[in-house]
Amino acid sequence: MNLNAGWASTGWTSTLDQIFVLVQHRVAELFPPVLQPWVAMILGVVGIVAVFPAIFALTTVLERKGLGRMQNRLGPNRVGPYGILQPMADAIKSLTKEDIIPRSADAVVHFLAPVVLVVAIFLGYAVLPVGRNMVLMPIDAGILFFFAIGASTELSIFMAGWSSRNKYSLLGAMRAVAQMISYEVPLLLSAVVAIMMTGSLSPEAIVAAQGGFSGVLPHWYVFTPWGFAGFALFVVAALAETNRSPFDLPEGESELVAGYFTEYSGFKFALFFLGEYLGMMSIAGYGITLFLGGWGAPFSFLAFIPSWAWFFGKLFLAIFFFIWLRGTLPRLRQDQLMNFAWKFMLPMSLLNLLVAAAWRFLGEWLGAGVGAEAIRWLACAAVLGGTYVLLGRAMLRRQKIGPRSYRYAE
Amino acid sequence: MMHAAFFLTFAVLTLAGAVAAALLRNLVHCALSLTVTFAGLALLYLSLGAEFVGLTQVLVYIGAVAILVVFAILLTRGSGSLPRQMLSSSGWRVGWLAAVAVGFVLVAALRDAPFAQSQGNAPVVSVKEIGQALMGPFALPLEIVGVLLTVALIGAVIVAMPEKPMLENPVLKNQMPEKQGGAE
Repeated sequence: MNLNAGWASTGWTSTLDQIFVLVQHRVAELFPPVLQPWVAMILGVVGIVAVFPAIFALTTVLERKGLGRMQNRLGPNRVGPYGILQPMADAIKSLTKEDIIPRSADAVVHFLAPVVLVVAIFLGYAVLPVGRNMVLMPIDAGILFFFAIGASTELSIFMAGWSSRNKYSLLGAMRAVAQMISYEVPLLLSAVVAIMMTGSLSPEAIVAAQGGFSGVLPHWYVFTPWGFAGFALFVVAALAETNRSPFDLPEGESELVAGYFTEYSGFKFALFFLGEYLGMMSIAGYGITLFLGGWGAPFSFLAFIPSWAWFFGKLFLAIFFFIWLRGTLPRLRQDQLMNFAWKFMLPMSLLNLLVAAAWRFLGEWLGAGVGAEAIRWLACAAVLGGTYVLLGRAMLRRQKIGPRSYRYAE
Repeated sequence: MMHAAFFLTFAVLTLAGAVAAALLRNLVHCALSLTVTFAGLALLYLSLGAEFVGLTQVLVYIGAVAILVVFAILLTRGSGSLPRQMLSSSGWRVGWLAAVAVGFVLVAALRDAPFAQSQGNAPVVSVKEIGQALMGPFALPLEIVGVLLTVALIGAVIVAMPEKPMLENPVLKNQMPEKQGGAE
């Protein structure tokens, strides 16, 4: 990592901003020069492996408390003040619980599935910029790397479901894989608009392209018509990709016990739990990077606050949003899920690509100026909004809304 | 030195996955071993500096093709182990014949191949250059591949569509002969 690349260090705000990078360099300098890049790399890995599971522990208790508030109950409140030490108790419990492997299960694959899942999800953090100069592995094709790694988690979910030799597990795994494959298409296509506008697959370049301010307002992609549509599509696809409510069919308790990890107990169950939340946080991190300006400040007069504080603040907001949705929305049905992915999300994200291209060339034709900017903004917003309304109406009209009919029950 | 160690590790991983895919008796285990081979190939590409190819290998082969393979196994013949059966002698002989023939062709091809002894560094091709090449000189092949894939997709949908019985289909009904079994 290159320290302070293209950025003048001035005063204590910049020291605070770069404090983790400085610490990393100071520690690395204690070692002989041959080892220094390796030490720096290991320190970065240790940072990621320590910080994100810590946020996961905090998230579990926040989620239970938050859902408790929404459902008019207290949530966990016995371990520590306000129940804040609950994750510690959970961790000790899951470590000491018996690890049960069903007799007919495929022991090797059953063991490998959670390991592969957690390793793949941790790899996704390698290219995530969590602050200025704070990327573990600054590669040119970072976004592609993230999507490639994300696609490989599907296989570990299949491994878990198949190796358990349990009908609930296999059904859950099939649902999960079908859902993840379907929503991967709009997820990728909605991210492409940010890549198109930046002209780079590198997450740092995308964050840098959203830097700078007009007056006090930032140049985040979410404040453009295509950026807003892309962000909305990305959020919905991300919810489905991480099996969060309202897309939590693969582990719908009322139908499938716990879906693909029904037959997991003890620490392996905890690994699945960890993997699920880490996956949610990493996809939220990439959503922030692609559309919400990454580690950039939301107003120019707040730029003195360190970049990493902004990133993690936005991450906590995203986590809160996920918890809020879980407390609000009912679960979808399988056919609704698939129809929504292929008949609504996919056409909208394809249209969004065209609108983004139009935005780019309208900017060249109309030239600069407030009037030209307004025309471009309104035209793109009208196309997207109009299609959204028409497509939604058409889908609703085809739905036969009436009393629910049961085919196999009753 | 470092590079050679990486290369050897990845090569052994790739070959081990391939051998396991050929020898294991449980079909799903074979598919998972094949995935190890895909991952090993991706790592080889990455260690050679071909970032885009390596990551696309992961995205397409591990993310899609491996899933397709396991789905195909589960949806068709079940995932149980195949019973151990003796090979019939004629098939065994033909198999050896095919193996020797393929080996001969490969050796001949490799011996005649002009391996350029390139010194110096391999060219570094960034993702941006690949994109510009695809959008510039190779735009037409890209479009043709796109059309081909779309045709395949539509074909798959048509194959998967629930087939109406012939008598209920208004188009086919008029063309149907009066008697079942064909008039010819």
